[in-house]
Amino acid sequence: MIEKHTIIVTVTNRVGILARIAGLLAQRGYNIESAIAAPTEDPDVYKIILVVMETDEHVEQITKQLNKLIDTIKVTDISHRDNYIVREYIILKIGITARSRSEVLDLVRVFEARPIDLATDHLIVELTGHVRKIDRFIELLKPFGIKEFVRSGEFAMTEYN
Amino acid sequence: MNGAEILIDALINEGVDTVFGYPGGVVIPIFDVLYRTEKIKFILTRHEQGATHAADGYARATGKVGVCLVTSGPGATNTITGIANAKMDSVPIVVISGQVASANIGTDAFQETDMVGLTRSICKHNYLVKSVEELPSILKEAFFIARTGRPGPVAVDIPVNVSNGILEDYQYPQDVSLPGYKPVTNGNQKQIERLAQAINEAKRPLLYTGGGIVIAEASRELTDLLDKTSIPIVITLMGLGSIPSDYPTFLGMPGMHGTMAANLALTECDLLIGVGVRFDDRITGPRELFATQATIAHIDIDPAEIGKIVKPQIPVVGDAKQVLRELVKRVSPRRPNEWNRHTESWKCQFPMTYDQNAEPCILPQYVIDRVSALAPPDTIIVTDVGQHQMWAAHFYQHKKPRAFLTSGGLGTMGFGLPAAMGAAVGRPGQTVISISGDGSIQMNIQEFATCAINNIPVKTVILNNSYLGMVRQWQELFWDEHYSQTCLKRVSDCPPVCAGPGANCPPHYIPDFVKIAEANRIPGYRATQPSEVDAVLKEGLGQPGPVIMEFVVKSLENVYPMIPPGKPISAIIPGRSV
Repeated sequence: MIEKHTIIVTVTNRVGILARIAGLLAQRGYNIESAIAAPTEDPDVYKIILVVMETDEHVEQITKQLNKLIDTIKVTDISHRDNYIVREYIILKIGITARSRSEVLDLVRVFEARPIDLATDHLIVELTGHVRKIDRFIELLKPFGIKEFVRSGEFAMTEYN
Repeated sequence: MNGAEILIDALINEGVDTVFGYPGGVVIPIFDVLYRTEKIKFILTRHEQGATHAADGYARATGKVGVCLVTSGPGATNTITGIANAKMDSVPIVVISGQVASANIGTDAFQETDMVGLTRSICKHNYLVKSVEELPSILKEAFFIARTGRPGPVAVDIPVNVSNGILEDYQYPQDVSLPGYKPVTNGNQKQIERLAQAINEAKRPLLYTGGGIVIAEASRELTDLLDKTSIPIVITLMGLGSIPSDYPTFLGMPGMHGTMAANLALTECDLLIGVGVRFDDRITGPRELFATQATIAHIDIDPAEIGKIVKPQIPVVGDAKQVLRELVKRVSPRRPNEWNRHTESWKCQFPMTYDQNAEPCILPQYVIDRVSALAPPDTIIVTDVGQHQMWAAHFYQHKKPRAFLTSGGLGTMGFGLPAAMGAAVGRPGQTVISISGDGSIQMNIQEFATCAINNIPVKTVILNNSYLGMVRQWQELFWDEHYSQTCLKRVSDCPPVCAGPGANCPPHYIPDFVKIAEANRIPGYRATQPSEVDAVLKEGLGQPGPVIMEFVVKSLENVYPMIPPGKPISAIIPGRSV
């Protein structure tokens, strides 16, 4: 069954590591939904957080292949675990009219999103939250006319060690 | 010291005695250091692909890391096939390429190519050296990575300013620091225990071993296991020679061109123990129809191989030598049973045969047979790719590991001659015979000059059937004899459609291989009659230096058995003689 998997790849911060990971996935025919390369508390270590839509078997193979890269320290597929905090960030531009404005602002308030810019015809907001919350926010705003948005892709961290 | 001097010092520290390669603009500083050193023998090949395969052949024959040094741009791109070939067969080589000066990288400078980008997916690891300061640790890592775990090629790209850069307090590092690279060598004890239990309980166990046995130098441990348990065994192309071909329970090579006995055993076993193999599609055919009655155990040093193609019930990640040693201790002795007799009967029922007496022209199998009989016992056989490769696999009597070198995974025509050259340089004193087809030999034919000039005593056997025989065989069997572009004798006057050789064929094969020998000032021989085969082989093998021995063989001979591509083992074509 194809489902979403979030994979955290902990790597040594070396030149070209992102290209190695992206190249490996492309070479073996796997699709990346999103990828983030983020510095960590250790300047020599980066975390690359990948979201892929694949079957469990494929993800097992992806995990093993990623582990094989010399610069990979650790690979964790967190999809079936609950002791992880997952967050995503979005900036969104919504078209507004005099009639829709208050309704849109209501939604912004309910979701605890933060307005960044307000103009006569559009509103820009930012929101951080679980991926599901962001999906829902987008869905509810759709009828008002989303002009543009950019999502960060997933961030994740363990709760315990 | 400058970067070039550091590089050569690093090579000496790593125990490198031979480098294969070709100079060019950005590596002149390195060649200038080579000019002054006597500790490294440099073999100037005639093409960088030849240099890469030579390093590969050297590594396969000796077990040491092979090294190749080339210039940037075309020099670097010419190594690509050789690197991919080494990757597929897990051969430890380090390919050092020059690069344009750091400041010019990315400007499409003269002879600039993105070597790190190009080799990323075909090497175990690669480096672009950014500064002379990091050169020593990179070289240390490159050799360490190439030879440890599952071995493989490592590419190191060195910009010319790094070669010229000065490092004041240079010391070659003793250790590497690679937090992400820790190959597992000792297998999990519980899994090994489970495997031993499964062997003790199995009625129809079968060992299926490959190149991993050769790489891990585990022939001794494998033999111990076989001696203790009498389990029937099939060995892949890459593993041939792990045990002698005449070992009593050896059933031959499995797969597309495997023996009937090996393939039938795969189909009917109830426990399949894969060791140092990767369940290649040339072995399994359609996976869902492969070894359907068997519990599958898989021992491999590369965790990513386990479950990649076939999901084993008993996975063991570890070095074949270590795991087999533990396994031998734990299995109960087993005596040949009904299953052994069964596999034995297949061997008798479906022998690998040919009938030279029934043929007026030389049969390729006969030549291999005679090579096997006349070659000294410690001979190293190197092959190219195609029909001759399969005949060499089957009809040569393999005696020991690292003595049958062949391009298995990538199937690289043109591998044979340069790889044989590398093997001969790495194993002086041992006879090295390169067996090729008339197609393959032409792909790196320039290396005869390298052999001749350096007196590298490779004995080349060319089985000339005037076709790209393996492709022609597929065309005959599955494409209605449409011999499209597979006849190497074909000239522009030939009719547009041709279903095989006849009276109107052109009189000459081009090129004349004996004249190629002559042009390289080495002895060349040709046999066209069966009665001439022994004389040519004796004369050729008796020469001190390199020779070419051409055998004009039957054009339309096929390799059998054959499992048609994409078909299960049950669809096997046994061959004409059965």
